[in-house]
Amino acid sequence: MAKPMEKITWQELEAGSVVTEIGNARQYETGSWRSERPVVEARQCIKCGVCWLFCPDSCIVKAPDGHFEADLTYCKGCGICAKECPVGCITMISEEG
Amino acid sequence: MDKFSVFSSRLVDKSENFTSGHRACQGCAEALAVRHVMKALGRDTIVAMATGCMEIISSPLPLTSWKVPWIHNAFENPSAVISRCESGMKAMMRKGKIPQKKINFVAMGGDGATADIGMGPLSGALERGHDMVYVCYDNEAYMNTGVQRSSSTPWGASTMTTPGASWKRTQKKNIVEIMAAHRIPYTATANIAFPEDLERKLRKARSIRSGLRFIHLFASCPTGWGFAPADAIKISRMAVLSRAFPLYEVEEGERYTINSGGDAPVYDYLRMQNRFRRLSDGDIAMIQEHVNREWERLNRKARG
Amino acid sequence: MATQRKGIEVSIAMADAVAQANVDVIAAYPITPQTHIVEHLSEIVANGELDAEYVPVESEHSAMSVCCGSSAVGARTFTSTSSQGLALMAEIFYIAASMRLPMVMALANRSLSGPLSIWNDHTDTMMVRDAGWIHIFVENGQECYDNVFCGFRISEDPDIMLPLAINLDGFILTHMIEPVIYEDNETIRKYLPDVRMKNALHPDNPVSMGCFAMPEIYTEAQMSREHGVRNSYPTIVKAWQEWGDLTGRYYKPVETYRADDADYCIVTMGSYGETAMEVVDALREEGEKVGVVKIRLWRPFPFDDFRKAVLGKKSLIVIDRAISFGGPGGPVATELRSALYGKPGAPTIVNYVAGLAGRDVSRNDFKNIILEGKAKAEKGETDGFTLYGLRG
Repeated sequence: MAKPMEKITWQELEAGSVVTEIGNARQYETGSWRSERPVVEARQCIKCGVCWLFCPDSCIVKAPDGHFEADLTYCKGCGICAKECPVGCITMISEEG
Repeated sequence: MDKFSVFSSRLVDKSENFTSGHRACQGCAEALAVRHVMKALGRDTIVAMATGCMEIISSPLPLTSWKVPWIHNAFENPSAVISRCESGMKAMMRKGKIPQKKINFVAMGGDGATADIGMGPLSGALERGHDMVYVCYDNEAYMNTGVQRSSSTPWGASTMTTPGASWKRTQKKNIVEIMAAHRIPYTATANIAFPEDLERKLRKARSIRSGLRFIHLFASCPTGWGFAPADAIKISRMAVLSRAFPLYEVEEGERYTINSGGDAPVYDYLRMQNRFRRLSDGDIAMIQEHVNREWERLNRKARG
Repeated sequence: MATQRKGIEVSIAMADAVAQANVDVIAAYPITPQTHIVEHLSEIVANGELDAEYVPVESEHSAMSVCCGSSAVGARTFTSTSSQGLALMAEIFYIAASMRLPMVMALANRSLSGPLSIWNDHTDTMMVRDAGWIHIFVENGQECYDNVFCGFRISEDPDIMLPLAINLDGFILTHMIEPVIYEDNETIRKYLPDVRMKNALHPDNPVSMGCFAMPEIYTEAQMSREHGVRNSYPTIVKAWQEWGDLTGRYYKPVETYRADDADYCIVTMGSYGETAMEVVDALREEGEKVGVVKIRLWRPFPFDDFRKAVLGKKSLIVIDRAISFGGPGGPVATELRSALYGKPGAPTIVNYVAGLAGRDVSRNDFKNIILEGKAKAEKGETDGFTLYGLRG
C-alpha cells in the first residue's frame, strides 16, 4: 500500500520516481465523488453484463446469484449503466435521499 | 454491426489491466476505451502514452492504474518512445541479453498528441515500419488543458479557442487517410459504443507482427462536449449511426472495408451536444451534406 | 592486453568506441559537426561488426525520445547531436534525466542560432546545464575514445542511472586526425560488463514510469533527482580510477597543470586546455607564475576539487565559450565565482568570452588573454566579462 503523496519522503521514491506497485490506484476510492448511485432491481436483471461492459470505472461486479451491481467504493455515479441497461433495471437515486 | 448483441459482454476478457481508482471525469468514454483496449491487448504489452487526460488520470505519483509496463515521456513522442522500446528489446533478445518473448508494443495518444503535435514522430515511426500498435483516442479537442480546438475538432464545434458563435470553421483532419497513405498494414476506426468491434480490431492489430497498425478510436467527452455523463455511450453510438464517424478498416493502405451502417440524421447526433448549440438548421444541413459526401467517398473506396 | 595506436579522425575513434561498448540502440539524425560519428556507426552496423539497432529518426526530438524508449527497456543506448539538434531535444533531454534513463551522448559542441553558424563554442551545452545529466568535457581524441567506456560505466551504474553527455568541441575535435590508442575488446568487456537495469520495462516485471507529480510530491521527486546527480561524484571518480588502472590513462574531475606554485591560473573547459598548457609553458619561461586549471567534470560540479586547486591563488582568468546575455558573465565564470564566494583565500576572477562560433583563439591570443587578464586582476577590474577580439 502506497503512502499518501504528502507523506512520502524523497528517500522513499524509486530512482526516476518509478512506481513498482502496479494497479495501486485502487487504493484511491473514487466513490466519494458520487452524488447519485445506481440501484439494481435484481429480479429484472437478465445478467447480460452490458452495465459491466460500459462502466468507465470497472466497478460493476457480478453478485453470487449472477446479477450485476456497482461496487460503490469506485462508482462515480455517472449513470451510464442505468442508461444502457437493455431492460431498464438500474435506477440512479440521489445519495441525499 | 447494426445490432448490438446484449450478451456479447460474455465474450469479453474479464481481467482488468487498467484499474479502478483512476481520476477520469464521470462518464469518461476515453477511460472506458482504454479499459477495453487493455483487455484486448493483454498483459504482455508495453504501453507508451502521450501526455494528456489518460496519462494524468491514471498516474498521479505514487499511484498507477496500469498493470502492464507503462511509460509516459512527453506529449508528442509516444510513437518514438515505443518504437525504440521495440528495437531495444529486439536487439537485446537477438544478442541473448534477455530471453525471447512476444511483446505487444503500443503507443497511445489523444487527437492533439496524434494529429497535431505528434504527427512528425508518428509519421517517422510509420515510415520506419516498427512492429507496434498506435491507438489514437479521439475526443475531438484538447481536453486535458480545458477544451481547446485541435485539428481533429469537427466543423461547427465550439471550444474554448473557437468560442461561442466563432465555432470552428475548418473540417476535421482525416487522420485515417494520412495513416493509410503511409501504406501501413492495418488502419481502422473504432468507437467505444461498439466494444466487440473495437476488441476484434485490436486483436487483429495485435496479430499482425510487422509494421505499424493504427486504431482511430472515437470516444465522447461529457465535460468537453457538454452533455450528461450518462449519455456518453449513446452519443458515441450516434456518431456512428449518423455516419459522422463511420467504422471501417483499411488494409495495406488500399483495401477498404466498411463495418457500420445506420442512416440517422446527423441533426440527432449534433443536437445532443452543447458544443454544437450555436449551429442553425442551415449549418446542420451543411454538415449533413458533408457527411453524405464523405460517406459516398468512403463507399467508393470500399467498392474498389 | 593488446592495444593499438591509430592515427584516426576523432569522430571515427569515438564511433569505434561505441561499437566496442556493444551498444544495442543508436539514434541518429544528421547535424554538423557530429555527423561523422553516426555515419561511421551506420557503416559499422551495416558491415555486421556491431549487432545493434540503428535508428535513423525524423528529428532530434525523436532521437532523444527513442533513446528514452530503448533505455527504458534496459538497452545500451547511444546518440549524438549538436547545437540546434540539442535545442530541439531539450524537452526530452530534461525528461531523460528525470526518469533516470542511462544513455551516453556525444555532444559535439556548436554555437546556437542565430545567426546560423555551424562552428564550435559552448552555447548549446550551457542551455541544458541544469537538466540533471552528467556532463564531461574532453580535450583530445584519446579522451573522447576513453570516455565512451567510462561514460557507459558511470551512466549505467545501478546507483547512478543517469544520462551522460561527453562534450567535445565541434570540428576542433570531431574533425581532427589524432593518434588514439585503442584497447582490445577483452579489456572493454572487463571494464564494461552488461548490466540489467532495475525496473526496466518488461511484462514480467511491470512498472509505471513517468508518472506525474502533484505539488505535494514534486519537491521530493526533484530532491531524489538532485541526490542522484550529486551522489554520482564518487562513482565517476572510481570509474576513471579503474580505467586508469587498466589503461594507464587517468582522469580527474579537475585537472591542473603547473598550478601548484602559480599565482594565477587560466581556467578552461574542453579542447582549449591543450593550447593553454603550451602557452603556460612559454610564459613560465618568461618568468610568469601561471598555471592551468581544467574543469573536466561540469555536472555534478566538483566543488571540493576545484576549491582545492585554486584557493590561495591571486586570481583566475576564466575563458568562457558562451554568453549569458544581460547576465553576470560567461556561465563558467559565474559558476566559479559562486563556488568561491566567501571562501577564505578565494582568488579574484577575470572573465573572458572567446572563440564564439569557432573564431580562432591562437596561442598568441591565449597569451594576450592571460597577460591582459593578469593586469585587470591587479587593477581590480574583475566585474562582468570581456568579449575577446571584439571589433568596435
